[in-house]
Amino acid sequence: MRLGYKIAVRFLKSNKGQTLLIILGIAIGVSVQIFIGSLIQGLQKSLVEKTIGNSSQITISSNMDDKIISDYDKLLTDIETADDNIKEISVAADYPAFLEYSENSQSILIRGFEIDKADGIYNFIESIEDGTYPRNDNEIILGVDLKKEYGIQLNDEIKLITTNQDTVMCKVVGFFDLKVSSLNKNWGITTLSTAQNIFDIGNTITSIEIQVKEAAVFTADEVADKIIEKIDNNNLKVENWKVQNEQLLSGLQGQSISSIMIQVFVLISVVLGIASVLAITVIQKSRQIGILKAMGIKNSSTSYVFLFEGLILGMFGAILGIILGLGLSLAFTKFALNPDGTPVIALYISYPFILVSGLIAVVSSVLAALIPAVKSSKLNPIDIIRNN
Amino acid sequence: MNNILELKNIDKIYGTDIKTQVLYDINLSFEQGSFNSIIGQSGSGKSTLLNIIGTLDKPTSGEVLIDNNNVGNMSNNKLAAIRNRMIGFVFQFHYLLPEFTALENVLMPYEIKGGKITKEIVKKAEEYLSLVGLDNVKNNLATKMSGGQQQRTAIARALINEPKIILADEPTGNLDSDSTENIYELLRKINQEIGTTFIIITHDRKIAEKTDRIIEIKDGRINLDIRK
Repeated sequence: MRLGYKIAVRFLKSNKGQTLLIILGIAIGVSVQIFIGSLIQGLQKSLVEKTIGNSSQITISSNMDDKIISDYDKLLTDIETADDNIKEISVAADYPAFLEYSENSQSILIRGFEIDKADGIYNFIESIEDGTYPRNDNEIILGVDLKKEYGIQLNDEIKLITTNQDTVMCKVVGFFDLKVSSLNKNWGITTLSTAQNIFDIGNTITSIEIQVKEAAVFTADEVADKIIEKIDNNNLKVENWKVQNEQLLSGLQGQSISSIMIQVFVLISVVLGIASVLAITVIQKSRQIGILKAMGIKNSSTSYVFLFEGLILGMFGAILGIILGLGLSLAFTKFALNPDGTPVIALYISYPFILVSGLIAVVSSVLAALIPAVKSSKLNPIDIIRNN
Repeated sequence: MNNILELKNIDKIYGTDIKTQVLYDINLSFEQGSFNSIIGQSGSGKSTLLNIIGTLDKPTSGEVLIDNNNVGNMSNNKLAAIRNRMIGFVFQFHYLLPEFTALENVLMPYEIKGGKITKEIVKKAEEYLSLVGLDNVKNNLATKMSGGQQQRTAIARALINEPKIILADEPTGNLDSDSTENIYELLRKINQEIGTTFIIITHDRKIAEKTDRIIEIKDGRINLDIRK
């Protein structure tokens, strides 16, 4: 094997142009693979982040007619211990109401939150454009779209009329922008106790909202199943984002498949390239192989020569490819920018993925060298000696 | 003297559909340390005979015994080991590895044997190179040497594992007459100093007459076998 390695290195060195060409071929394949992979992964991440990053990923609500969940303290501890992947838990009391402001009126969804907890999911505090968040009773924040539409000012009082025809006055302490116009138009966010008071429901809630850790986003259904098992209550309904966003999921899946397809075909073309060049090398070096065999080298050792050639080419190609791929990705995030300076597409650089791409290139290079390796081991020295 | 090499009833037929018999019932034996030549016209079968002796080719029937071992039913790896340890080849077209230097080419059979490159073996290789008069080009790539230098490198290479037999097929076939003379003197010197058995194919009768035994092959049969 040692001799096989030595001869392989010498063969590669003696034909530097050809060697560099193959390495470059492998490198380009690997870099395309890394670039496309990072691009698609980045696209998916940002899409998922934009879609469900600031919303409830698992929502627990009541099956009963009154939609009320009472005694939720025990429920919360149960949920907390159901799965390690749960990141945020927030309770909400949601009721529709009628909003009146000067001459205008519209229906609105009043959402009562424990603001600090709900902030973990919705990022309210950061998305407040003007003013602050509701701290005291009868304080409310509205979306920026409502502000524009009705000319509501900070610290204005608005009138809320509940479905029971109760009227409550609330002070607007801030305006939020959740980047979704339906939310900006239709939500009024207040404290949990305010909502409970307005709708006269005592210490009860209407839903529990949960976010899972990033790594578990795509297994939210499994987390939901664990929660169902743990809380074991048929009156409660547990829904996860995957059920609610099936179209998004199938879109993501289609994207993943096309990304894998591209990578597979890049890989196949790299493998074919290496295999064909190495097959030619066997013919180029058949004279040398014949001489070595006449001198008594074993058939297996001549195979090692070509396997080592594949391995060496694959390793250098992978290393160069990783450098190129990372460079290409970096250039892309540096130079393809939005007007505000953020990259058009945030690439997701995953080192395990890059490592795997490199390893696949090395393994396929060795596999591609198998054909020439077998061919060289079958070469009969007498054919070389006789035909010169 | 012991016979280092024996050929018994060797037939060689090429082709399966159209059969061409190249060798007919060859019986020969070679003594250890002898200096032999095989002559014959081109196409007479002398190269085929040498290839069969060197285990590169297999006879259609008959036996080849090298150092009293029948090589007929040996595995490829066993044959490779025999070629590596017992036989040194010198071909007409010197067949050096162009990617390696003269010294590395000389060391190659030793490395194939599995030996580690030590100072001692490098020294030995250099001694053989100086024996063939190549001190000053030992680190040249094979392609950077003249034909005669390459041929002499091939001889040093054939010697490195101290084989019992050296088979040379027209070793001076494409060299000028001065180089030819030098090479033969060199082979003779090695034969006398190390005691290696030589079997040399040549079409040059003048050269053949300098050997101890001349075997003439004609149309696949032994036509003459003269010992001095």
